[in-house]
Amino acid sequence: MQTKKESGKMSNEGTIYRISGPVVTAIGMTASMYNVVRVGNEGLMGEVIELHGEKAIIQVYEDTSGIRPGEPVFNTGETLSVSLGPGLLTEIYDGIQRPLATLEEVMGVFITRGVDADGINMEKKWNFEATVSEGDRVESGSIIGTVQETDTIVHKIMVPPGISGVVSTIKSGEFNVTENVCKLDDGNEIQMLQKWPVRTPRPYRQKYAPDTPLVTGMRILDFLFPLAKGGAAGIPGPFGSGKTVTQQSLAKYSDAEIVVYIGCGERGNEMTEVLDEFPHLIDPNTGEPLMNRTVMIANTSNMPVAAREASVYTGITIAEYFRDMGYDVALMADSTSRWAEAMREISSRLEEMPGEEGYPAYLSSRLAEFYERAGRIETLNGLDGSVTVIGAVSPPGGDISEPVSQGTLRIVKVFWGLDAGLARQRHFPAINWLGSYSLYPQSLDQWFRDNVAQDFPEVRTEISGLLQVEAELQEIVQLVGSDALPIDQQLTLEVARMIREYFLQQNGFHEVDAFSAVDQQYKMAKAILSFQENAKKAIASGGLLEDVVNVPARTTLMRNRFEAGYLDRIDGLVDEMNKEIAAAVEDN
Amino acid sequence: MTGKEYRTITDVKGPLVFLDKTEPVAFGEIVSLRLADGSIKNGQVLDTSNDLVVVQVFEGTAGVDLTTGVTFLGDVFKLPVSKDLIGRILDGAGRPRDGGPEIIAEENADIIGAAINPYSRQSPHDFIQTGISAIDCCTTLVRGQKLPIFSASGLPHNDIALQIARQAKLTESDEEFIVVFCAMGITAEEYNFFRSDLERTGALENAVLFVNLADDPAVERLITPRLALTAAEYLAFEQDYHVLVIYTDMTNYCDSLRQIGAAREEVPGRRGYPGYMYTDLAMLYERAGLVKGKKGSITQFPILTMPGDDITHPIPDLSGYITEGQIVISRELHQAGIYPPINVLPSLSRLMGGCIGADTTREDHKSVSDQMYAGYAQGRELRGLVAIVGEDALNERDKQLLDFSGLFEDKFLRQNRDEDRSIDETLDLCWNLMQSISTKYLVRLDQQWIDKYHPTDKKE
Ligand SMILES: Nc1ncnc2c1ncn2[C@@H]1O[C@H](COP(=O)(O)OP(=O)(O)OP(=O)(O)O)[C@@H](O)[C@H]1O
Ligand SMILES: [Mg+2]
Repeated sequence: MQTKKESGKMSNEGTIYRISGPVVTAIGMTASMYNVVRVGNEGLMGEVIELHGEKAIIQVYEDTSGIRPGEPVFNTGETLSVSLGPGLLTEIYDGIQRPLATLEEVMGVFITRGVDADGINMEKKWNFEATVSEGDRVESGSIIGTVQETDTIVHKIMVPPGISGVVSTIKSGEFNVTENVCKLDDGNEIQMLQKWPVRTPRPYRQKYAPDTPLVTGMRILDFLFPLAKGGAAGIPGPFGSGKTVTQQSLAKYSDAEIVVYIGCGERGNEMTEVLDEFPHLIDPNTGEPLMNRTVMIANTSNMPVAAREASVYTGITIAEYFRDMGYDVALMADSTSRWAEAMREISSRLEEMPGEEGYPAYLSSRLAEFYERAGRIETLNGLDGSVTVIGAVSPPGGDISEPVSQGTLRIVKVFWGLDAGLARQRHFPAINWLGSYSLYPQSLDQWFRDNVAQDFPEVRTEISGLLQVEAELQEIVQLVGSDALPIDQQLTLEVARMIREYFLQQNGFHEVDAFSAVDQQYKMAKAILSFQENAKKAIASGGLLEDVVNVPARTTLMRNRFEAGYLDRIDGLVDEMNKEIAAAVEDN
Repeated sequence: MTGKEYRTITDVKGPLVFLDKTEPVAFGEIVSLRLADGSIKNGQVLDTSNDLVVVQVFEGTAGVDLTTGVTFLGDVFKLPVSKDLIGRILDGAGRPRDGGPEIIAEENADIIGAAINPYSRQSPHDFIQTGISAIDCCTTLVRGQKLPIFSASGLPHNDIALQIARQAKLTESDEEFIVVFCAMGITAEEYNFFRSDLERTGALENAVLFVNLADDPAVERLITPRLALTAAEYLAFEQDYHVLVIYTDMTNYCDSLRQIGAAREEVPGRRGYPGYMYTDLAMLYERAGLVKGKKGSITQFPILTMPGDDITHPIPDLSGYITEGQIVISRELHQAGIYPPINVLPSLSRLMGGCIGADTTREDHKSVSDQMYAGYAQGRELRGLVAIVGEDALNERDKQLLDFSGLFEDKFLRQNRDEDRSIDETLDLCWNLMQSISTKYLVRLDQQWIDKYHPTDKKE
């Protein structure tokens, strides 16, 4: 880490002409688009975002108060890049990959400015184990060695894009990320550290159609609206409806191998919460602390907006890098609306022609480019890797007819719509089952048949059908009350209520209920159908609805989902319930 | 510092002054304007270049003309801070308003304030007892939280804020809160109400007031909350105090923001408010919390009046997206004569989960709060149905819930302006009221708490 002020060639230096908030105009400097520059006497970090004759327009990643026209601007000639290598996992960064812990060491608890910090520790030694030998031919993306980065994750060291050749020397041992570990016959030297410009997607061989679900442990998601590994989902919802809790649940329980969590223009305390919690939480899929697979980016609402704009790119580039090692990566961005607003603010400072609601005309293409970086792919080294993207959207007033929601919905195939009404009823997750959708079921059905149960898709259809019927019946009930309905329809309402309260509702903070494995989800759904079937029979043979639905064993079945080991007990509890239902007829 | 006075104003527009031919002027620099009659106004640089400087004038531009002298003071806006702030009343620009001496600065703090590093924050988890049942039970306030009151004109939000300021305490300790009160464009009458209440209870000695009233300059309102929060940060993080910041009315603040945006001919966002209003508000609201290694804390209680009682209006909407919940005041309850008219249904405290329970409030708190909420929500919903089908069409359960919703408002919500209920009293009251519902319908209550706390005489 250093406070940068290097002297360069004349043409690399210019002076500040104008300062308007985070946007600074420099003159007298040669620059290309997206060059990283150092602005003012303090050397604030910025990026060239527009060129106008001899003027370079720069967005500055730090507060610009106190900076004056005439101060120097220095062009580093580099493009905005992230540092990639061992040391990324468990880190928490700001939007331009400065580790927040390092910033705290230098600045104290408040983020001041003018401090540069390496994205990964350049000194730390890692145990590099070569996996290729001298004389082997390697290409861009080939894996030449590994490092055990955390207890669970093996970091694969890859030949950087654009380099290939025959290995002339390679050695295993203790290295820091800037030391050479491998030399090619053409003289190219390879270190564990690589840099990649954040606005450019990393290369891969080809994209595949997704065919495996990202199992999230949230029943409504996996069962009704599944997301594929390599897919993209949008979660729009008004404030307080559960976007963050849902994103955090996904970060905790989904079966991704790597999680990149971007807090983009949101609350400071929410990031603190993740930082406090994750090291103590155990990944249900590996039994190791969740932190070991996580990289966090926190550019909160009060941190500079230009860095907020960059944070999303920083995150997705890190995600792609792990994807290239053959991992399934999940990226959460909370909230993409704040990212879009950062674009809007910068755009308006540039006095660009505004599009809808003041957003720049390129909003929808930026959204599309971002979500396009999701995907299941064949990596350059022939492995299968994926990046799944889940973006929260915060529409003003909860009305999704606005540009960010609409731009997102045009691209993503999964829409988890949060509903203020459900949140208000404390029905959590407050995902509206009638309005949400997933376009993946067809491609994922085979997986569910093979891995959970042959009739999984059919059970899903039955459950969602019941919810549809309920919605229709509810309209009638609103007018005449439920007692006016025929008994079979009253039973349907009771079954649907069971679906809502027992299956769809899931407490994101409950240590047991927060995560439901897919086979448990399936069994719970079957339990509901079994209740329906047996209750129907019982009523047909003269049982009273009131008696049949109120058998104590059904309450036990429902309440017990909060207890550990539930999966193994469901069958027994269902038998018990059905016995009591049958008995309710005899008693009558 | 820079002593030079410029007379190069080219344009005056709304609260903005444009001038050219200056030496390099810093972005955010403080400006002093001397008018023909010798009076002084203050401003701040919003845009600066070799050719043109844009200055926002806090007191408005009345009387400014092309001959007005402009001096750049060489620094960004700073507030002199010291412990002497406590007990003082300052105006909206930080000048004494109580006739007392200038504040002798311990240090001069930049009023924009730097962002707290998220890595350096500490999660808030200490229960603050406000003595108001609806808040303590259903939307529990946590030390270090930012919890706004969403109200509307003509509702008693000021009484509630004052009652909280008077009664707020930590159950674990008797540490007192320092109140930082920030008035933005409220009427002299409202201000006097706050002030005399603080005086009456002796709280004024432990308070700092920043006051911009309705007839004070509107643009000044943009700095008043920043001054208040700068004072709060100093007291909390340098002097170890627990600070409760009450600011009112955020709606006036946002309107000033809109005024500047319009004068700059910015592309307006929803309802004419600037597109960056979210970020601007976040720069205020996020200045709350606890920080590792510091003893003090800042708890924020912003008050805003929802234009047209509309919670989707940009001001409450963007606030809700930043704060850690909200307390919603209901006109309907107010009209029904209930004080405090808090509608718990749309109200929320997001930090509540981490601060209630056996170690802090009581073991049954969560269970009770869930059941009270659910019972009230269902009961309220039934009122609509009853209006259509009549009460006779309800089954036994629904009848009980309907009755319960009335009790909830009458006995649980309603309390006196000086009634300070302990959390135990509040929870016991809940158990009492829940007797009106048969236990078999109290599905949100854990059996173990029913066994322990349910008043046994009515038990089935
Ligand atoms: N799955 C859940 N289980 C239990 N409680 C939940 C769940 N989802 C949301 N909640 C409750 O709702 C509150 C708000 O949720 P959350 O913070 O996720 O909202 P949000 O949509 O991110 O809001 P904002 O846009 O303001 O950030 C939480 O504090 C919690 O009380
Ligand atoms: Mg959120």
